[in-house]
Amino acid sequence: MAHATAEHSHAHEAHESHESLKVLGFWIFIVTDILIFGTLFACYAVLHTHTNGGPGAKELFEMPGVIAETFILLTSSFTSGLAVLAMHKGKVKQLIAWLAVTAVLGAAFIGMELTEFVKLVEEGHKISSNAFLSAFYTLVGTHGLHVSIGLVWMIGLMIQLSRRGVTEVTTRKVTNLSLYWHFLDVIWIFVFTVVYLMGVM
Amino acid sequence: MWENIKDFASTFFVTGDPLIYGADVSIALTSIAIVFVLTYFKKWTWLWREWITTVDHKRIGIMYLIASLLMLFRGGVDALLMRTQLALPNMKFLQADHYNAVFTTHGTIMILFMAMPMMFALFNLVVPLQLGARDVAYPFLNSLSFWLFLMGAMLFNLSFVIGGSPDAGWLSYPPLSELSHSPGVGENFYIWGIQISGIGSLATGINFLVTILKMRAPGMKMMKMPLFSWSVLSSSIIIIFAFPILTVTLALLFLDRFLGAHFFTMDLGGNPMMYVNLIWMWGHPEVYIVVLPAFGIFSEVVATFSKKKIFGYNSMVFSMMLISIVSFFTWAHHFFTMGASANVNVFFAISTMVIGIPTGVKIFNWLFTMFRGRITITQPMLWTLGFIPCFAVGGATGVMLAVAPADYQYHNSYFLIAHFHQVLIGGVVFGYLAGIYYWWPKVFGFKLNDRLGKWAFWLWNIGFYVCFMPQYALGFMGMTRRLYTYGSDTGWDLGWAPLNLISTVGAFLMGLGFIFQVWQISYSIRKGERDLTGDPWGGRTLEWSIPSPAPMYNFAVEPQVTTDDAWWKVKEDRAKGIKPAPVKYEPIHMPKNSAIPFVMSVCWFIAGFGFVFDWMWMAIPGLIGVAICLLARSFSYDTDYYIPVDEIERTEAALRGRTV
Ligand code: HEM
Ligand SMILES: [Cu+2]
Repeated sequence: MAHATAEHSHAHEAHESHESLKVLGFWIFIVTDILIFGTLFACYAVLHTHTNGGPGAKELFEMPGVIAETFILLTSSFTSGLAVLAMHKGKVKQLIAWLAVTAVLGAAFIGMELTEFVKLVEEGHKISSNAFLSAFYTLVGTHGLHVSIGLVWMIGLMIQLSRRGVTEVTTRKVTNLSLYWHFLDVIWIFVFTVVYLMGVM
Repeated sequence: MWENIKDFASTFFVTGDPLIYGADVSIALTSIAIVFVLTYFKKWTWLWREWITTVDHKRIGIMYLIASLLMLFRGGVDALLMRTQLALPNMKFLQADHYNAVFTTHGTIMILFMAMPMMFALFNLVVPLQLGARDVAYPFLNSLSFWLFLMGAMLFNLSFVIGGSPDAGWLSYPPLSELSHSPGVGENFYIWGIQISGIGSLATGINFLVTILKMRAPGMKMMKMPLFSWSVLSSSIIIIFAFPILTVTLALLFLDRFLGAHFFTMDLGGNPMMYVNLIWMWGHPEVYIVVLPAFGIFSEVVATFSKKKIFGYNSMVFSMMLISIVSFFTWAHHFFTMGASANVNVFFAISTMVIGIPTGVKIFNWLFTMFRGRITITQPMLWTLGFIPCFAVGGATGVMLAVAPADYQYHNSYFLIAHFHQVLIGGVVFGYLAGIYYWWPKVFGFKLNDRLGKWAFWLWNIGFYVCFMPQYALGFMGMTRRLYTYGSDTGWDLGWAPLNLISTVGAFLMGLGFIFQVWQISYSIRKGERDLTGDPWGGRTLEWSIPSPAPMYNFAVEPQVTTDDAWWKVKEDRAKGIKPAPVKYEPIHMPKNSAIPFVMSVCWFIAGFGFVFDWMWMAIPGLIGVAICLLARSFSYDTDYYIPVDEIERTEAALRGRTV
């Protein structure tokens, strides 16, 4: 019996340190992702004037939609923060609810972005039109792809939370997810500033 | 219908060359033989349970090692093909387009599918043991890294018999690599082969960084860590910062080819020079990624076989960290001639020369360690001693190349070829071989035969100089790289032919050296000297404190570290009669095996193959498979278990009983 409890407490410790190890690894993953976006931003900076005579940022971008997207994504970052707060209080239902709100907002963001892309393409501004548009679609699309992957992950986590509640493992997972989500938010602020604001100015 | 099939097959399969048919036949025969042997000896479940699904860093290391040796063989055959073609003027051995494909696959395979996995083999085989850890930080991810690498490598190699090999050079510069100039699928194989294995490499970088930061044995402060682990740390940091750039660069090239984007095209605003900048922002750090661990190996080997502490430990650590930073600021030395302003060239010329300083410091540290040491010339030591002069000369010619105005003369000549092979073979290959000979007994439990090893060493070493020294001269005489043949006028009147012939002889000497190594390994498996002590060389670091091969959990009890050269200290204490603390076993936490890394990598392979041929019906299911694997992993909670105390006791008793 004594043996069993010793084993248990040991197990507990090992587990906990293992979970924090995974958060550290996720931070480093985020660093590599920052480099991915950094490289894409650099390419955009080089190519954003290479329109080959076609319309540039000023002519193409419609700010109201983009501003709405921005607000939606910022709000979703806030609600994901609320989800983490609920988690620390141990309230599973609340946690899942806030995650659901976050996911809906994220989906709305993706929907708006897709609409914007479809409209541009229908007007004949395609990824193959010129170097500026190649860089634009790739940079913004990579961010959108990240958000979409985040959505799938979020849904998977909500299912796990409803089955298992708040445990060490699910806590770590939610922590990483919200880290990811805030990170995408920060990236978007750069996209918004560099691509859209500076583009139309 | 029949016509269609014939049409498809004639573009799908590479045809028309006896070499290719030979390869087809040998691939088919080898596969049949493997399947037969596995079935006959009923080894399929063994293979699946013990290897394919394993998350044990030691096994993963062994698989990396095998794969990298096979790739060394393929890259080496490519090299010999090229050297045969160049041996004499007007040779008709390879056509121009074949030659292009061969130098491309040779370069790509040697760096990405030979050097990288051989390096990861050593990371895996050594680092956790050196740190006194039971595994790496993320064993599951580690297995995933391996399988991604292997699937990427297989995809790349498949291009030899299916679809056609890439032939735009090992870095695939656009516009040559764009659809407009390379309409075949070869470049797609290049992109996806590297992309898939590159994701694995990035994950390995993260894995070992965290392992080194967080998994060291209690008491092992950073500055008490063995130098090989330090070199892995610096190399991992470079991987983390450099590989994302490669990922993006290849992705953009793929978008150009796949969706008609214009990042690097000649028209519609594309900028090919941007590719060259990006690829070298990864490419230059990459050469330091592979050479730093070699430096770490030499530090271990020199200290062990001089029976001395390494000289200048702090300066070693400092210089490696310095190199890992400065290596990001030298990339433009690969294209001084592309028309940047003089100021830009001066910056990169100076930064390149600066990086020579910490490297020189290390060479002096090794020499001072040997000075007045009790040196024993074992095989690892031989390769180390071969490395020092070779790398010193390679470094010196590197500084010559760094002189930007002079580089207008050397650029893309055989002088460059000789230089980078000197650092890659003399530094990286000799270094990894030293490491393999050094840690081989730890991994497999026996030493590699000395006599055959000496033959291999001298053939490699002499062959190297015979092969590459004439190429410096050829460079000065105007022979450019990637040249598939030359006429008898330049050959005999200008004197290229004799030098080329000598160079080819040298290449075959190295090939002979490789054959000796294959012989040496197969001989030693049967007759090699067994290592029953766990410490065959009189080692200084923790990996030598446990039996060879190490048990599944590495360390039955976590070692407590107080100094650097931790195992040496233990041995000194024992000699003084200080008794070690009595051991008390505790259950050991271990990760469970998993099939997901393998299955997921196969899905990546399928997706990659689909993208290569623009077959969305194949690529999309492949990607869906990847997503399903990720979710399956996320939903599995039963991922670890405990080894109970009595099992540890039994294993240790058996091992130590044998050890005495
Ligand atoms: C084993 C002895 C080797 C021989 C005889 C050899 C020979 C050659 C030859 C003949 C070329 C083509 C030169 C040209 O036509 O431009 C070449 C290119 C190259 N080799 Fe090796 N090589 C050897 C080992 C290695 C190793 C170990 C590495 C890397 C770790 C390596 C990396 C490269 C690279 C990157 C290229 C440039 C390919 C390109 O031009 O795209 N080689 N080598
Ligand atoms: Cu370089």
